[in-house]
Amino acid sequence: MPQALDIRQNKYSDVTQEEKDRLFQECKDDERWSHILYGCYECGICVAACPSARFYDFSPRLIAQAVAREDTDLIYTLMNDSVWDCSQCFSCDRCPRGNSPGQVITVMREVAVKNGLNTAKEALEGYGRIIYKIMSTGSQVSPDMLQPNAFPDWGHHVHDIAENLDVWRKALPPETLHTIETGWKVDEKTIIELYLIWHMTGVMDLILGIDEGLHMILVDVMEERLEEAGYDIEFD
Amino acid sequence: MIHLPVLKASDRLFKIDPEEAPTHDLRDELFQLEKEGELEVIRVPEPYMEVKTKYGRIKKIPVEKTWHHKSCGQCGHIPGYSTSIFWLNRAFGLDYYDPTDQTSCTAWNYYASATSNPEAQAAVAIRNFAAAHEVGYFPLIHCGTSFGHYKEVRHALVHQPELRRKVRDIMKRLGKKLVVPEEVVHYSEWVLAMRDRIAERQVIDMSHITATVHPACHYHKLIEEDAVYDSEIYGAQRSAIVTATLQALGINVADYSTWFDCCGFGFRHILVSRDFSRSFSVQRKIEVMREEANPDITVTHDTGCVTTLDQSQVVGKAHKKKVGLPVMADSQVAALAMGAHPYKVLQLHWHNTDNKPFLRKLGIDVDKTWAEFQAECDLIKAGKKEFMTWEDAEK
Ligand code: SF4
Ligand code: SF4
Repeated sequence: MPQALDIRQNKYSDVTQEEKDRLFQECKDDERWSHILYGCYECGICVAACPSARFYDFSPRLIAQAVAREDTDLIYTLMNDSVWDCSQCFSCDRCPRGNSPGQVITVMREVAVKNGLNTAKEALEGYGRIIYKIMSTGSQVSPDMLQPNAFPDWGHHVHDIAENLDVWRKALPPETLHTIETGWKVDEKTIIELYLIWHMTGVMDLILGIDEGLHMILVDVMEERLEEAGYDIEFD
Repeated sequence: MIHLPVLKASDRLFKIDPEEAPTHDLRDELFQLEKEGELEVIRVPEPYMEVKTKYGRIKKIPVEKTWHHKSCGQCGHIPGYSTSIFWLNRAFGLDYYDPTDQTSCTAWNYYASATSNPEAQAAVAIRNFAAAHEVGYFPLIHCGTSFGHYKEVRHALVHQPELRRKVRDIMKRLGKKLVVPEEVVHYSEWVLAMRDRIAERQVIDMSHITATVHPACHYHKLIEEDAVYDSEIYGAQRSAIVTATLQALGINVADYSTWFDCCGFGFRHILVSRDFSRSFSVQRKIEVMREEANPDITVTHDTGCVTTLDQSQVVGKAHKKKVGLPVMADSQVAALAMGAHPYKVLQLHWHNTDNKPFLRKLGIDVDKTWAEFQAECDLIKAGKKEFMTWEDAEK
């Protein structure tokens, strides 16, 4: 059962007010902030539209109110214990105030990751292999992910796919789809350009914030391939 | 059972008037930025088709010269989705490009984990657009999330000069230009715009079929004004996407009360917290569709939606929920209507929920077509052919 969201007492009293204020300031410094939050009528339309609110103790209204009131204590609690329940469907973009609670949550998540909050690490536990896949291959979902142990709830069908994977991939008419480790065939030059983008945009710092081991493996893979392609680049 | 008419959601007529749109036409701003040397706009190639968006603006949909921005989830887990899009292009003899110089949009990862940032997201988008432009084709986006995300990137690039500068610098270092398409076009818009031509070549009668439609959230909720609307469909109270296509094929599209709800995908949830995805998908979508409309099939137009609605039914069945509803993409239904092979082209063996009763209802010999596909697999297994080719699939 999903846990009840505890907002009554100051659960994070060990964290200083300065730190909570600093993290909220990081949210407000995001260029998107002024376009996604205009205040809140407290009408609850976002909650009515929200899928996560039906199954979790979760409320986009609560989040919108907290950030509109700049209640940094509550914001810190929500940044830790609530934002990862969001489905990022953006049904809440129906907000009559013009807010996008979903995007407010995206920004809060980004700040949580960047600052290496433990709750962000927990929320992304088991997710590292996906980050590895997308960042190293340029294709997030691949045929070889369809393994019974990864998707036991998808039934026997996944066994059939895993058993026949090689032949079924070859029995796809587009030549680009005869791949197993990526969704389609991706050029070497394309991957190199992607690695250069990760390097230039500082994305690897975010990975370091949540998973040092994953960061190390990714850096190894990327630096080696970049070197082979003639780039002397270090991700520090 | 709800008896809502499909063609008009109510007697109230919603007048679509571009003059009264509450927003600016982003394309005007794009062309202005191009004049100022800030970026280059990739024009929709001619000939193009015209569809109307939410506020009545005309959106150009290219007929051909399309660069197919594939979806990682489709290609990886439900590849017949993309194969059907390509098959339709081939069936009409259209010039299309299936690139290998393409990455995922990376938005799935971003919405799941936030391990990226706006510059990286925009740079990945523009790198892909530039790759399309370099070979002289126009991007056609297969995934609903990539589509919504790219619309947001385009919007952000127009309104955030600093982001534009950063992305232009990154592109310069990659030896590329900052190029932005005049329109961001989703493949289902192309299918919709082609629907009369598809119907003209229909060989399978679908008039006895009832379907429900799930419009993908990121298609019509992100930059909502850019989704396709039609006053003849739901009185333009909601997007005409998919519904217009199915109706053109003679399918009865039945309404259900939770049409606005998401599929339960959740981005992070479908990968590491699937209890939510399963429950939502079964209880808020599939069961409601079954109870209120009892369709033969549900049709959608996005990677995550097909996957979640389809795969979640396994556990629903174990819990004796009202499930057992086949899930397909509009491209698959359109290709099937035109006589595409259910396994060689639609690749329905990658889908989970039993779709054989649906195929049989259409008069398709399931055993025979499966045996034909198996024969191709046997040749591959025996090393007599390396791959199944388009010619094999089109036989
Ligand atoms: S984006 Fe998040 S908060 Fe908004 S409706 Fe979807 S799940 Fe709810
Ligand atoms: S819909 Fe908008 S105004 Fe209403 S409660 Fe939600 S955030 Fe506040």
